[in-house]
Amino acid sequence: MASVTLENLKKTYPGGVEVVKGIDVDIADGEFVTLVGPSGCGKSTTMNLIAGLEEPTSGTIRIDGQVVNDWTPKDRDVAMVFQSYALYPHMDVRRNMAFPLEVAKLDPKVIETRVKETAERLGIDALLDRKPKELSGGQRQRVALGRALVRKPKLCLFDEPLSNLDAALRNQMRAELKKLHEDLKATFIYVTHDQAEAMTLSDRVVVLHKGIVQQLAPPKEIYARPSNVFVANFLGSPKINMMKAKTLRCEEAVRKLSGGREVLVGIRPEDVHIGTGAPPPDAPAGKVYVVEPMGAETWVMVEMEGERITARGGAAYAGRSGDVAWLQFDVNKLTLFDAKSEKRIDHSA
Amino acid sequence: MKRIGLWFGLIAAITFCAGPFVWQMLTSIRPESDLTSLGMPTAVTFDSYVGAFHGRPFGHVILNSVIVAVVTTLFCLAVGASAAFALAKLDFRGRKALLFASLAVSMFPPIATVSPLYLIIRSVGLLDELTGLIIPYTTFALPLTLWILTGFFEDIPDELYRAARVDGCTPFQAFRKVLLPLAAPGLATTAILVFIFSWNEFLYALTFISTPEKRTIPVAISLFAGEHKEPWGEIAAASVIATLPLIVVTMFFQRKIVAGLTAGAVKG
Repeated sequence: MASVTLENLKKTYPGGVEVVKGIDVDIADGEFVTLVGPSGCGKSTTMNLIAGLEEPTSGTIRIDGQVVNDWTPKDRDVAMVFQSYALYPHMDVRRNMAFPLEVAKLDPKVIETRVKETAERLGIDALLDRKPKELSGGQRQRVALGRALVRKPKLCLFDEPLSNLDAALRNQMRAELKKLHEDLKATFIYVTHDQAEAMTLSDRVVVLHKGIVQQLAPPKEIYARPSNVFVANFLGSPKINMMKAKTLRCEEAVRKLSGGREVLVGIRPEDVHIGTGAPPPDAPAGKVYVVEPMGAETWVMVEMEGERITARGGAAYAGRSGDVAWLQFDVNKLTLFDAKSEKRIDHSA
Repeated sequence: MKRIGLWFGLIAAITFCAGPFVWQMLTSIRPESDLTSLGMPTAVTFDSYVGAFHGRPFGHVILNSVIVAVVTTLFCLAVGASAAFALAKLDFRGRKALLFASLAVSMFPPIATVSPLYLIIRSVGLLDELTGLIIPYTTFALPLTLWILTGFFEDIPDELYRAARVDGCTPFQAFRKVLLPLAAPGLATTAILVFIFSWNEFLYALTFISTPEKRTIPVAISLFAGEHKEPWGEIAAASVIATLPLIVVTMFFQRKIVAGLTAGAVKG
């Protein structure tokens, strides 16, 4: 069990590239926290700093309250799963999994039992004598996971572990990872650029952008109350609709909510409906740009005033590109952002 | 027509590569009277082989060459591999500069360095000692070793090194347990090149060694010639003997070298 605290953590590479610009994060014992952001946001660097693979330029890293800045990865006793799996090609699965225990000079009998236990739990006990090159991507991924879990780590780091898997396998592993975390009760820190993984897996999500924490909150809160335009745009699929109030023809209502400030208006696609029947005179209307049936849902992209708005059409929606459509939505579902600072404006709704 | 052209090219290439060695072989088993003739030998005799050892410490000489080449190769691999690992995987100032500086060392033509080296080796008392060859050989073969091996270590994904570190290895353990086994093709390639270089080196061996029992093969063979006679048969026999270890070593490492050379090629 381990808590992790990052205080004003900074990392500047030689040549002056500042990748991490002062991160403050407090991760509780047994928590599953995801660092998410676009590539180059500093999430992997932050991970490497926690693991001890890179040295911070300034700031402190605490594990279980102890400052570990100068500790080697070995002393930090942190397990890590890499995107490329990083299995040792010259060792079979058994030795790959035993490796961290062998380095720690554990009793061979203990090593054998632990490797067997872990392999059984992950369903790879039949593969123990194979070399990594004889395994499929999904199997390699499990072995990489096994090599981390065999250590019974108190802190486990995941660096985009599912990115190299195909979509079906990724969803399956995602669920298994979550279950694994519930069983192990270890602290998991997970890096991904995939917002779906961030939303589904974590207790809390850290949204990083340009080396700065944009928001740190549970997934539901981040989704419902994104702290700024970047976070709103980054999380959620399909993407949030972000535009001027004029496009949605709700300027009057928005002015009341915002107190007259110039704002950007965001609304999630599931909160915008395609209107049925005759539109009211002042309803926002446009032409259907493209229709995306998803089965349970149909997303309809409507073009109006030069902008495209994604709306919910319902499973039975039968419209086509080029049809006239009008939109219905609850003004209280709007999220307002200051047009200049791009920060969310709290309103009474 | 195409076929004929291909065969012609093939034969030309084989003749070009293997011809001199075959000729040497043939010369070594000809009777002395037959030496200047072309074509196949009229009779087969091993007199030249016996003669090569007769009245000369040629057995010693072979042993000297083996010692010098093997020890130089081991030194180069030991120093080269750990240095190349550091250059490829560890972060420190002046990596590039170090690599180019090492290349610069190998740029000096041997003839330019032989006199100052002679003075140095004399002053440290290594003149006429095999150690006096091993040290400069290592110095001059090291840059090549470093360049080839650095390429190999750079080809090994960084994540493997990081994984080993997270798994509890010190940098040196990560090198020894994970990276070194993966660089085996590179080590084999380098080993063969360094071995051949030290096996064939002539100038330093001629200059630094004066006792006949301490000479290496190339020097010894060059001094076969007497005042009145060039013993071509014996020279040929000695050359064949000198070439055999190279063939054996190459065969031994061959599989790995092929992998090694292509890996280097793709890297560019």
